[in-house]
Amino acid sequence: MKLLEYQTKSFLKKQGIPTESYTLCRTPDEAEKAYTTLGKKQVMVKAQVLTGGRGKAGGIQKASSIEETRMQAEKLLRLSIRGLPVQELIVSEAVAIDAEFYVSFVIDRKQKSVLLVMSREGGMDIEQVARETPDRVLKFAIDPLLGIPDYLARYFITQCVEEPSLWASGAVLLQNLYRLFVKEDASLVEINPLVVTRQKQWLAIDGKMVLDDNARFRHIEHEALAHWTEQEKKEQEAKKKGFSYLSLDGNIGCVVNGAGLAMATLDRLTDFGGRPANFLDIGGSSHSKKVKEAMELLLRDTAIKGVFINIFGGITRCDDVAMGLLEAFKELNNEIPIVVRLTGTNEKEGKELLCGGPFLVVDEMDEAVKKIVNLVNKAG
Amino acid sequence: MSILINKQTRLIVQGITGRDGRFHASRMRSYNPSIVVGGVSPYKGGEVVDGLPVFHSVFNAVKETQANTSIIFVPAPFAKDAIIEAADAGIRLIICITEGIPTLDVIDAYRWVQLKGAQLIGPNCPGLITPNECLAGILPGNIFQKGSIGIISRSGTLTYEVVHALTKQGMGQSTVVGVGGDPVVGLYYKELLALFEADEETKAMVLIGEIGGNAEEEAAAFIAQSISKPVVAYIVGRTAPPDKQMGHAGAIISSGEGTAQEKIEALKDAGVSVALSPSEIPLLLNQKVVNSR
Repeated sequence: MKLLEYQTKSFLKKQGIPTESYTLCRTPDEAEKAYTTLGKKQVMVKAQVLTGGRGKAGGIQKASSIEETRMQAEKLLRLSIRGLPVQELIVSEAVAIDAEFYVSFVIDRKQKSVLLVMSREGGMDIEQVARETPDRVLKFAIDPLLGIPDYLARYFITQCVEEPSLWASGAVLLQNLYRLFVKEDASLVEINPLVVTRQKQWLAIDGKMVLDDNARFRHIEHEALAHWTEQEKKEQEAKKKGFSYLSLDGNIGCVVNGAGLAMATLDRLTDFGGRPANFLDIGGSSHSKKVKEAMELLLRDTAIKGVFINIFGGITRCDDVAMGLLEAFKELNNEIPIVVRLTGTNEKEGKELLCGGPFLVVDEMDEAVKKIVNLVNKAG
Repeated sequence: MSILINKQTRLIVQGITGRDGRFHASRMRSYNPSIVVGGVSPYKGGEVVDGLPVFHSVFNAVKETQANTSIIFVPAPFAKDAIIEAADAGIRLIICITEGIPTLDVIDAYRWVQLKGAQLIGPNCPGLITPNECLAGILPGNIFQKGSIGIISRSGTLTYEVVHALTKQGMGQSTVVGVGGDPVVGLYYKELLALFEADEETKAMVLIGEIGGNAEEEAAAFIAQSISKPVVAYIVGRTAPPDKQMGHAGAIISSGEGTAQEKIEALKDAGVSVALSPSEIPLLLNQKVVNSR
């Protein structure tokens, strides 16, 4: 789950990492009030959206009066950035900046550890910096058994920062940021830019956090931080039923057991000229009730002009899947073509059950894919 | 020969009194009764599950059964402890089936496994099988056939699909390993390719990958450098949208990185044949083996 800038900053502050003063606003009136409360001439009005490229899209504006703040807030609240409507913004004090750094902790798959990433090129797209000037990006893998003891914090900060007066506070900041990462079960905590003010103080003026969904069971409080889009809400609802579901923009509904096979199914449908309407993994060990629930979830989508059910029976028994299908279609009135491909454990029993039903049963995956694509495309 | 597991494997099941542990203990046992030697369930030592002795801890189990391999079915919140327990008790190969473990838990557990010189497969994986000898996982044993193809995969059912296609063409398998779909897992392509390269029984390898991370690219570089046996790859998620997690926690294209296209290109550059569908894999393997003669 991704967090917005203001949510990230609230975590940073709680962990003792300084940020500039800011106020969260949802209306132009609130923005006006925030300007007065801040009591600074120069402010920034920043859209809060869960996507990158906010600055380039005009989501960050300067203002130097109460009228201008209102005007910018009105403008931003009408804006959509990469398809996401701006519903929240912050009014924050403009900071006089001496230097900008980049710092983050992230999960590194290859080293199977948390990685500290630092750079003197703050405020830039770090992936671009890493591509173009890899020597300007410092990376340190953190041993989970050690964490960041003082000596390592000192070592890291002196590798990246030249100004001696910033070392001690910078070392503590790194330790705090790592502590936050671990405490909240993050998969990314990023401060970009981490600035040095004219008064030689560290200040996190923009930040990003991603929380590990697998750790939700020990962070009930994270639930309240979610900003789901309508589509994501549907995905979350499906997740509670034990499905992995993603809505796509095509017209062929897919029900598959296993994430890898589901991806393979989408690839193959596209190869043969079809347009999948969704990704749906009903799980490696499914029973008839789940199959029925999956069909119900799918057929709510009116864009669907045909359904492809691709099951490889391993632990999942094909006859169980067939029972679920029969159950589902007893209640659902359905006119669209349904192609079923069942292979593996109890395949014969499963196919016998489906005989005479409203299904086209096909043995091989590619053959089945061609069949459903033809039927859907023919129907127009 | 084979890799990692064989007739001599002595396997215990951690979480054997749970629903999944119990079910799969029986299945693994019916595949080869002599492999599974016991189970572990906290405070349930002395019980018997499907004729197998249950122990309080892995320490007891190792002492009584000389187990060297463990398979873990315990729920996600307790999985870290279970992995570390196995490593601490001297288990050499730890297979973690559990899905949904927090990544930081896996990082911690992996570090302990490394420290104890053991090996970890998974988590969030289907386990592994050496056909006719040993099943240490949740794979459906009946679809496998003994042979000379080594398989490494990030996915479960997709592996079955590929194995089904191979078996139908009479191409049996030496060992099949599901490495798991999480961002951080234990043994991966590189280590397993090296094991298959050294295994006399394995004549060719199939690598099944998907979007997310860049392990396939690393595998490609490793193949170009150190692998002499033919390798065929199959990468899924060619049509996956960016920034969306495709079922597996690790299957996500982020900031434009981890795409199937990048992986396919890297593998092709390394001389690996890349299939577009499971049914194409046996054909490509045939070509490869003929060419290499």
